[in-house]
Amino acid sequence: MPTFVYMTRCDGCGQCVDICPSDIMHIDKSLRRAYNIEPNMCWECYSCVKACPHHAIDVRGYADFAPLGHSVRVHRDEEKGVIAWHIKFRNGKKDLELLAPITTKPWGTAIPKLAEVAAPSKDMVNSQLLFNEPKYVRMDNGGLNTLQSNGLSLKEGVYY
Amino acid sequence: MGYKTIVEDNIDILVAGAGLGGTGAAFEARYWGKNKKIVIAEKANIDRSGAVAQGLYAINCYMGTRFGENKPEDHVRYARIDLMGMVREDLAFDMARHVDSAVHQFEEWGLPIMRNEKTGAYLREGRWQIMIHGESYKPIVAEAAKKSADKVYNRVCLTHLLMDEAKENRVAGAVGFNVRTGNYHVFKAKTVICGAGGASNIFKPRSVGEGAGRVWYAPWSSGSAYGLMIGAGAKMTQMENRIVLARFKDGYGPVGAYFLHLKTYTQNAYGEEYESKWFPELQKMVGKEYLDPEASHRTHRPIPTCLRNHAIICEVNAGRGPIHMVTMEAFQDPHLEEIGWHNFLGMTVGQAVLWASTDVDPKYENPELTTSEPYVMGSHATGCGAWVSGPEDVSPPEYFWGYNRMTTVEGLFGCGDAAGGTPHAFSSGSFTEGRLAAKAACKYIDDGKAEGIRVSDEQIQRRKKEIYKPLETYQVYSNEVVAGSVNPNFINPRQGLDRLQKLMDEYCGGFGVNYMTNDKLLNIGLKKMAILGEDLENVAASDIHELLRAWELKHRFLTSEAVFQHTLFRKETRWPGYYYRGDAMKLDDTNWHVLTVSRRDPKTGEYTMEKAPLYHLVGDIEDKDLAKLKAEGHH
Repeated sequence: MPTFVYMTRCDGCGQCVDICPSDIMHIDKSLRRAYNIEPNMCWECYSCVKACPHHAIDVRGYADFAPLGHSVRVHRDEEKGVIAWHIKFRNGKKDLELLAPITTKPWGTAIPKLAEVAAPSKDMVNSQLLFNEPKYVRMDNGGLNTLQSNGLSLKEGVYY
Repeated sequence: MGYKTIVEDNIDILVAGAGLGGTGAAFEARYWGKNKKIVIAEKANIDRSGAVAQGLYAINCYMGTRFGENKPEDHVRYARIDLMGMVREDLAFDMARHVDSAVHQFEEWGLPIMRNEKTGAYLREGRWQIMIHGESYKPIVAEAAKKSADKVYNRVCLTHLLMDEAKENRVAGAVGFNVRTGNYHVFKAKTVICGAGGASNIFKPRSVGEGAGRVWYAPWSSGSAYGLMIGAGAKMTQMENRIVLARFKDGYGPVGAYFLHLKTYTQNAYGEEYESKWFPELQKMVGKEYLDPEASHRTHRPIPTCLRNHAIICEVNAGRGPIHMVTMEAFQDPHLEEIGWHNFLGMTVGQAVLWASTDVDPKYENPELTTSEPYVMGSHATGCGAWVSGPEDVSPPEYFWGYNRMTTVEGLFGCGDAAGGTPHAFSSGSFTEGRLAAKAACKYIDDGKAEGIRVSDEQIQRRKKEIYKPLETYQVYSNEVVAGSVNPNFINPRQGLDRLQKLMDEYCGGFGVNYMTNDKLLNIGLKKMAILGEDLENVAASDIHELLRAWELKHRFLTSEAVFQHTLFRKETRWPGYYYRGDAMKLDDTNWHVLTVSRRDPKTGEYTMEKAPLYHLVGDIEDKDLAKLKAEGHH
């Protein structure tokens, strides 16, 4: 479902241009508004739709297999940490509203800045452990699995 | 051309492409390299880039050792069975023993992971999958990468790796261009962790016209992981192991949650179970060791994904298609119905759009399934990618050369789609591989392995000229014709892509030929590929955006060439349902119980192929029920 942009809602702010993973939302130079320059490279990922502060971007299913007359709209709210969807069928028989959380924490606050975390010890550097391990593997005091600890070996040949 | 050259010097770790693998690498690198200079170069915006840009509704690789669920070796065995034995088990074990620590951190960072209210454990979709509300999975992990990196260059498309001129076969950074400003970017780095993507759109897709972007893997997954590394002369493995997906028709919406959690199942057009009738013949092709429906039925042993595809393909060819997903039973439960829709909205919105536009309500109608065009990647149920070193405490000598996840090019590391032989890593496993690569890259630098790197101005200028050549070609020749896209001197990137896809489809086993190829077809295909390669010297770009498409095409081309070479080399049909070698229709463990390894000489473009031994984890990893069956004489 390639995206398209409503003329009266877009103010050319460029948020969609900034976020599109496929680099296909561009600003039309004469109209100074966004549009999809390459619909056949659109994955219908909705990144631009979610990013648009004016809900100016919508989607119309791919012309080669999706009939006209449907709607899947979205509102993503980082502050409230939720995303709201509204699906309408072509025949009008189905009208679904769905809500899902997108995060359980205020944005970015719970992610550690590793530059400020204590440096790893020499033993740690020479071990197979990664940051926060072994604790975070099992969330207890257990160690990291090795071939030895698990009674395993690697053998060349045909095994199933 | 008036583009500036912007040089970022003295980089310790350059992350080339920041999807789940690259973000994991950038995040972890800061811990092991407190004072190291960590830089990310990404052709999109890392908040929404890579395969997880859209979000995910499940994490498909989680052991749950914390909840007493699985051990790493259980997962290795699962991957081995699913891939018909062809897995780098040292890498798979290493990923699996670390992956839970990534997932636990994701939860701490705010990723909503669903819980089983009765047990308190994460809500399982299947044995390996847990369910999440992952619409913001990518922005959350991107935040972690941003906190660790010194600099993030969004919208810089890397085209080539830089090579050291002081020591042969050692990486020295990368070059590319900004897809907005057009500026030339030079990254001089001691190590490069390649986190770029696998390849969609190299085989002709089923969708046509406007819908050509409706592919299973993201259309921006341009095989750059392989294009960059093959171009630098890194060895690749298992590139023949393309994947075909059985998915909801046209929208390619995921089926994992439907099968595993919603307990939906498939049937043919006439409401019949079709799978089992194809298995006796299939068993003759692959052997009872790989397909034993009775053992699978009585134990947890999965039937390999490719073999289930095979049954679909055969049933459709027998005239009893389409295959339907039976949703009408599960969707009567409003809770399950809601999950069914959320599943799409969280990771494949297009499928919801398709059903809304075609009035398909799965509560009252069983939707169609189809088998997709093939994809080349290394993190889902297949393991294409670079031949990388494993960890020192696990890997046998043939799999170990000093630094975990380092390719055969010194200082060049791989993770996610870039690392070969490690299927079933998915998002969490790719992130984990990035972390492992980052730690190893820091050690490589600290061991003094990156001293004395020299990059000449000649190399930098040569690459610059090469990068902008498509713009020049356009300028020189476009005015020779009145207007339009037909020009006798060049092709545009779309025309080149169409040609590549047609070629791959017809000669390398795409959907258009029912995934069939043989030695003759492959050799004709390779001949045509060589000529396409020549024509790609004359690909033209009318603007910077088209220049991006031109370089994506060149990466896709290098990927495809490797796929051809590997497919020709492995003279057997190892994965019926992914592809068939008509001249060798049986699985052949006598000659081909090996991994395929290739190298393209960057100077001559010549390929050399070799077989690498397969090592398997043995010990206490056998399924107890299966062992009992075996004792009863099933194997």
